[in-house]
Amino acid sequence: MKLHLKIWRQKNRKAQGKLVNYTLENVNPHMSFLEMLDTLNEQLIQNKEEPVEFDHDCREGICGQCGVVINGNAHGPLENTTTCQLHMREFKDGETVLIEPFRAKGFPVKKDLKVDRSAFDRIISAGGYVSVNTGQAPEANSIPVSHAIAEAAFDSAACIGCGACVATCKNGSAALFTSAKITQLAILPQSQEERKERALNMIAQMDKEGFGHCSNTEACEVECPQGISVLNIARMNYEYNRASFLKFKK
Amino acid sequence: MKLDAKIPQGPLEEKWLNYKKTARLVNPANRKKLDVIVVGTGLAGSSVAASLGEMGYNVKSFCFQDTPRRAHSVAAQGGVNAAKNYKNDGDSVYRMFVDTLKGGDFRAREANVYRLAECSLNLIDQAVAQGVPFGREYGGYLNNRSFGGVQVSRTFYARGQTGQQLLLGTYQALMRQVDKKTVALYSSHEMLDLVVIDERARGIIVRNLETGEIEKHAAHAVVLATGGFGKIYYLSTLAMGCNGSAIWRAHKKGAFFASPSWTQIHPTSLPQSGDYQSKLTLMSESLRNDGRIWVPKKAEDTREANTIPEEERDYYLERRYPAFGNLAPRDISSRAAKERIDAGHGVGPLKNAVYLDFSKAIKEQGQAKIAEKYGNLFRMYEKITGTNAYKEPMKISPAAHFSMGGLWVDYELMTTIPGLFALGEANFADHGANRLGANSLLQASVDGYFIAPYTIANYLADQIRTGKISTDHPEFEKAVKENKEKINNLLRIKGSRSVDYYHKKLGKLLYDYCGLTRTAEGLTYAIEEIKKLREEFYKNVYVPGENDTMNAELEKAGRVADYLEIGVLMCYDALTRNESCGAHFREEFQTEEGEAQRNDVDFQYISAWEWPGSLEQEPILNKEELKFEFVQPTIRSYK
Ligand SMILES: Cc1cc2nc3c(=O)[nH]c(=O)nc-3n(C[C@H](O)[C@H](O)[C@H](O)COP(=O)(O)OP(=O)(O)OC[C@H]3O[C@@H](n4cnc5c(N)ncnc54)[C@H](O)[C@@H]3O)c2cc1C
Repeated sequence: MKLHLKIWRQKNRKAQGKLVNYTLENVNPHMSFLEMLDTLNEQLIQNKEEPVEFDHDCREGICGQCGVVINGNAHGPLENTTTCQLHMREFKDGETVLIEPFRAKGFPVKKDLKVDRSAFDRIISAGGYVSVNTGQAPEANSIPVSHAIAEAAFDSAACIGCGACVATCKNGSAALFTSAKITQLAILPQSQEERKERALNMIAQMDKEGFGHCSNTEACEVECPQGISVLNIARMNYEYNRASFLKFKK
Repeated sequence: MKLDAKIPQGPLEEKWLNYKKTARLVNPANRKKLDVIVVGTGLAGSSVAASLGEMGYNVKSFCFQDTPRRAHSVAAQGGVNAAKNYKNDGDSVYRMFVDTLKGGDFRAREANVYRLAECSLNLIDQAVAQGVPFGREYGGYLNNRSFGGVQVSRTFYARGQTGQQLLLGTYQALMRQVDKKTVALYSSHEMLDLVVIDERARGIIVRNLETGEIEKHAAHAVVLATGGFGKIYYLSTLAMGCNGSAIWRAHKKGAFFASPSWTQIHPTSLPQSGDYQSKLTLMSESLRNDGRIWVPKKAEDTREANTIPEEERDYYLERRYPAFGNLAPRDISSRAAKERIDAGHGVGPLKNAVYLDFSKAIKEQGQAKIAEKYGNLFRMYEKITGTNAYKEPMKISPAAHFSMGGLWVDYELMTTIPGLFALGEANFADHGANRLGANSLLQASVDGYFIAPYTIANYLADQIRTGKISTDHPEFEKAVKENKEKINNLLRIKGSRSVDYYHKKLGKLLYDYCGLTRTAEGLTYAIEEIKKLREEFYKNVYVPGENDTMNAELEKAGRVADYLEIGVLMCYDALTRNESCGAHFREEFQTEEGEAQRNDVDFQYISAWEWPGSLEQEPILNKEELKFEFVQPTIRSYK
């Protein structure tokens, strides 16, 4: 296969970026999208040009490090698939492919296709945890959790923190990411003590990071590699209202 | 040098208790005066950093990914072992200890292995309290599954994402300490060197991967929890950034490196399909519960799998190991696959795979049942290969997966450099010559939550009066200068080959000569070839870009430069061990049936390698004799 690539190149945070055209021959349909980028970089290195920086690590869809916008879609044309799990058989010979970084106010570009997602860490550190020190835990089976609740908590906890939800949202909202963690911990019995503060603090941090508001387009759920449901956002809104009301009452 | 493992006195069950009873403590008021550096944010690194932060120490946490939550622990699928005996099937700490020791082919320390089993109970409690959503039964209690090499169900799991869920639990504990300012986070930072002052570990040199800046960080103790280095084989189940650099640089500063050649090669990964390939994705071991492994009886058979009649298929695991069949342990299954592939029975376009066939299970249990058990794996298989495994067998192949070897540590997880600790996959400790499935998430977590916080405190107890360690010390300046030079050297070569070219060549040499099977002749050859490759690398590699920007090729170059040195040590390690044990299979030492032949008279020791001072000299072998006081070594048989 032969591909025409249009790739976003940007030297650093402050530099102006631009799209640059490349042609790549001999693309094997069994290659993953990232292996296609490896092949391009190998070609650039042979020509003594600077390779394209892109994020990646585990290459099996779970670390959440990879992610680019391909022809306008976060993680490319397949639903619920990370960039590393996307294969070139999804593209046509001779096709032009536009490759850009995840774009959002909360995710500044660091270089080329790499963006800064540390805002997610700060949202978690604002309350996305159970306050239990090492050594304080009671015997595991002393807190039964119904099968249904455990499975639902898992569905929310499965988020890989890649940021595709933010990149795909026209408002650059981090509601899906934040709500998944709030929901997981709100429905489990382990940490009811912190439920109110958690919701208020995590949402405050999310707003502070410059992420936009959720306007219920549900685009995030489609691109999410783990298929995290937008119902988590409804739950987050409930938790926020509940916490605000209970706080007000006190 | 005489290696002292510092194993506490007393009966097996009391050793760890005795240690904890007599370990020295640091008064809470003094803890904030003590700095600890933790490199790595996998299960081992995050858990120790969070625990030390909770205790009140001043912690700095480093990782090369852009956030701690992406450490490669995240990729573990299957589960984590604990001797809770919730299934009432006769499990106990003692039984888990024996299983692990036997699985490791009696090449691990009894006291360490026992402690691992003992602390497994606490780990599950801790993870549940953090909100890790383990699989549950309908009554609300925790569920278990079985894993290879044992006869009880002691594996806890969170669907096929156990590593991710455990890691998020400890990541969240870490982020809580970041919020409390007991832990400072340095993501996208790579450790380049260890700084040793007056024979104690006192700090590290790191490169900020975004700006290229070289930074100095000082502390009273340094913890390396940098994971496995199986990526040295290039094609592996590890992440692209996994590396041996942190422990290798520490080795060159005096930390002994134990059993570097003991690599677990996992039998069920996806085969290589072309030169462009960067990674071999693991398919969970659990598939072997229902899948049957076979190859065509006729060599070079090119027919489609489904057209080969039953009587022309060789179910070689069932044939050779009737008692365990398709669930034979990893080292044995991988070797058996290689034997068939080498004999010309391999399948697939590159003839490098074997079949994993579900047709019998689907016939007996129905497709729906198989989908319920393994649906996510079948989907993943189809995403990667474009093939529907309900209709035709999967093609699988062995892949480098786990490093049993690593920095030598004593019972306190301290290396031969005082003040330098190694945790998780980065140390050699508990798995002997072969790791049992679901034991390493456990080991990484237990090292970090329940062992190191005690042993590090014991070390720090006499550091209270030391005062702040300054980064102005000449040793820091020297290390910065050396590392800058090293980087500039790489950038100056401007040859004609990419870093990956050398990495792939090295990986191929190691697979061929220091992989599933080894021979003295092959290892001797590989040592020379790797040395030549290293020379060529320094003449002809092309590293583009500059040092003061983000530069992924430069990062890779540094890692591969170290791999080219580690590879040689691996071969020496395999060459000097004239026996077969666990994953280490020397063709010269096998039984008539082709099984591993261990030699307890001459090789019941851990090889701990000492850096000789330069690459021109041969590495120095030190031996830690293993004593078995409680269990007598037997021959592992799975027939
Ligand atoms: C695909 C796969 C599946 C697995 N499945 C299972 C399973 O089901 N059950 C089981 O028990 N085990 C499993 N294992 C093994 C297990 O996951 C690992 O052994 C374990 O998670 C290692 O944890 P760790 O904390 O030691 O290292 P890691 O989680 O690998 O963390 C290493 C850390 O060190 C950092 N680091 C490394 N080098 C540097 C450097 N130079 N500078 C700065 N930081 C550095 C990294 O950024 C990272 O944070 C699996 C392994 C793989 C690869």
